[in-house]
Amino acid sequence: MTPDTWDLVQEAFWPLLRGTLVGTIPLALISMALALNLALGVAMARLYGPRPVQWLARAYVSIIRGTPLLVQLFIVFYGLPSIGIRIDPWPSAVIALSLNVAGYAAEIIRAAVQSVPKGQWEAAYTVGMNRRLTLQRIILPQAVRVSVPPLSNSFISLVKDTSLTSLILVTEMFREAQEVAAASGEFMTLYVMAAVYYWVVCLALSAGQSRLETRLERHVAH
Amino acid sequence: MGIEITGVSKRFGDFVALDDVSLSIPSGQLTALLGPSGGGKSTLLRIVAGLESSDEGQVVIEGRDTTGVPAQKRNVGFVFQHYAAFKHMTVAKNVAFGLEIRKRPKAEVKAKVDELLELVHLTQFAHRLPSQLSGGQRQRMALARALAIEPSVLLLDEPFGALDAKVRKELRDWLRRLHDEVHVTTVFVTHDQEEALEVADSLVVINDGRIEQVGTPDDLYDKPASDFVLSFLGPVTTLGDRLIRPHDIEISRYEQAAVVDGPITRWTRVGFEVRLEVTPTDPRHPDPVQVVLTRSDATALGLHPGDHVWLRPQPGADAVVHA
Repeated sequence: MTPDTWDLVQEAFWPLLRGTLVGTIPLALISMALALNLALGVAMARLYGPRPVQWLARAYVSIIRGTPLLVQLFIVFYGLPSIGIRIDPWPSAVIALSLNVAGYAAEIIRAAVQSVPKGQWEAAYTVGMNRRLTLQRIILPQAVRVSVPPLSNSFISLVKDTSLTSLILVTEMFREAQEVAAASGEFMTLYVMAAVYYWVVCLALSAGQSRLETRLERHVAH
Repeated sequence: MGIEITGVSKRFGDFVALDDVSLSIPSGQLTALLGPSGGGKSTLLRIVAGLESSDEGQVVIEGRDTTGVPAQKRNVGFVFQHYAAFKHMTVAKNVAFGLEIRKRPKAEVKAKVDELLELVHLTQFAHRLPSQLSGGQRQRMALARALAIEPSVLLLDEPFGALDAKVRKELRDWLRRLHDEVHVTTVFVTHDQEEALEVADSLVVINDGRIEQVGTPDDLYDKPASDFVLSFLGPVTTLGDRLIRPHDIEISRYEQAAVVDGPITRWTRVGFEVRLEVTPTDPRHPDPVQVVLTRSDATALGLHPGDHVWLRPQPGADAVVHA
């Protein structure tokens, strides 16, 4: 590493960190929180809704999973203005990301709910619970434990996918890296730095996931 | 009162699980539904609980017609073969749950849970999770949970089926004692005739979706209404042209008036019992006859493998049906 490169790394350190802390991480957290709520609704609609609602939920999941995230981002940010809906980069990114993650998370939640044995429903009915209460108090708490590992994976993917929002002008970490790279011409250095930043964030998330799983695992042995 | 089942039928596709079953289960008794797997006994129990609907017929529980009443409003306690413990809740919480959703006062719930945990000997496990209990303990917890709601009937579907032999034996003695204390109308499903004979006040033998016989354990054992009941309630063997229980055969080394005679061709000792096979010399009845006697009887009679013996029914052996 030449002294010049070292200076550049030091110079870019703070802008990239700032991009991570005010862009990447909040973008991922907010999108994930919205996505989980939406996904729960979609999963319930698909499992227990009336026929047309089930069909809508199915179509939603199919469309989201069958189209690229980048295209979804472009439709929200560059497409909608041509029908008169203009949304800023940040909210556009949150909308597209949460709609995207919700499509996948809905399927994870549906599978987790279905993995709870039928006997749990029956046991709940015989002690006097109706369907809604059974779902809330018996089925979903157990489904949550099953769905934590796959949902954590979705979250880690989401963190990395926020880099795509640089293409709709969101100033997150990768956008900061691109700007410093363009100004200095040191593309290799800056993009490797960006890669390292993502990796560190994902390492921390994986550690968090393991701890969460161990905590929940205590309750679901057998 | 108790449970009145009238003309209940249930089909799963082409399979007839229950065919026009009518049955009256008296209040306060411990009744066993006994029969082979796939005979319809579990289906009948689940229909009573409301977990399955019948195609035809009516179930009246303690004077209340349950047609169209969902399981959660029938006030039945149900115990499942595989426990169906609420895994994410402590033992105490599992038991309390049915009361909490009925919005009973906190103090009342606590008192009731304490009382039930005491009854099922799980007081010291109140704050454990079901995954930290053994199979037998889990099933006792499930029983406490079922009793918590003060059910009008308690239904148990093969409750000890998933437990090992020793625990199964302990638990059924315990169920018997519990029932003597609690006196709730109880119906349990089993395919284990020994379990049914030992625990129940009355037995209902179900096979192929029909009731074969209803009666006390003694009635069924001594006066089986059909070959099926006879052979299902214990071992049987063919002596001449009749079915008989192997321990109801009189065996002698000396020539006597006998149904068949022949050499002892097989000799198996199981604990205090000796199980013999005698191959008749009479070519009209070539199949070996099983005979069971105690070891001390075998010694007293001076029996040895290979001895020629004469066999006839014991005097007063009722369990004889023409084959």
